[in-house]
Amino acid sequence: MTPAHGAAVRHSITVDTSQENAFATFTSGHNRWWPRDHHIGGAELEEAVIEGHEGGRWYERDVDGTQCDWGKVLVWDPPSRLVLAWQISGEWAYDADLLTEVEVRFIPEGPERTRVELEHRGLDAYGDGMDQMREQFDSGWPGILQGFAAAAAAT
Amino acid sequence: MDAYQQTALQALGDPTRREIFERLTRSPLAVGQLADELPVSRPAVSQHLKVLKEAGLVFDRPAGTRRVYHVDPQAVAALREYFDAFWGQALKSFQSAAKAHDDHHQKET
Repeated sequence: MTPAHGAAVRHSITVDTSQENAFATFTSGHNRWWPRDHHIGGAELEEAVIEGHEGGRWYERDVDGTQCDWGKVLVWDPPSRLVLAWQISGEWAYDADLLTEVEVRFIPEGPERTRVELEHRGLDAYGDGMDQMREQFDSGWPGILQGFAAAAAAT
Repeated sequence: MDAYQQTALQALGDPTRREIFERLTRSPLAVGQLADELPVSRPAVSQHLKVLKEAGLVFDRPAGTRRVYHVDPQAVAALREYFDAFWGQALKSFQSAAKAHDDHHQKET
């Protein structure tokens, strides 16, 4: 499950709530905290959804009714652990062949205190993709740059 | 915001820097060559290159008396910075949501 290699980012945060509520907020309450400007659909984001079962979809639904996949649920182990596949390419589109993993652990530190550890790993998959793109098209980079620019403009 | 300002995203948010970066993806170039091609002064080009370099998007290598700038072909470091800033922001928002939800529950019960 855990790739032995691969670039990763890690974050940890402590929340003043129970392990159960932290897990529920992260998953069924996903839409309440997801940054609104971080989505890939053409229309405004209506709802960000994590389906609560292994193999469930991780996707966005936009105000015009369209849906865009972001990835899927690889491990569903409430209330302690969640692993999501993040499959959004450097061009900000869903790519079923791209696999990076987001693992979230919910560690109780008290009845109303939970440490949440997040690791987004396998980021070197993007490096492979970029190399391939560069080989296939000289124009591989502008697409990535447009994505970078769009994201930068949105923040 | 300090960490965020240093990200690759932020570096590429500027149109001139994006132009410089795109030119470097085609071939490595020295500061003078970039300044000749762009409607920007040489000191301004140097300043933009400094920002791109700090964001991990380009690196420079001496070639005779000049310094030639290259794009980092992997740019994984840039993506890592992007995701690092992104998840930092997302988790802060999550922290507030978890707390608010809890407060709401306590009021209800």
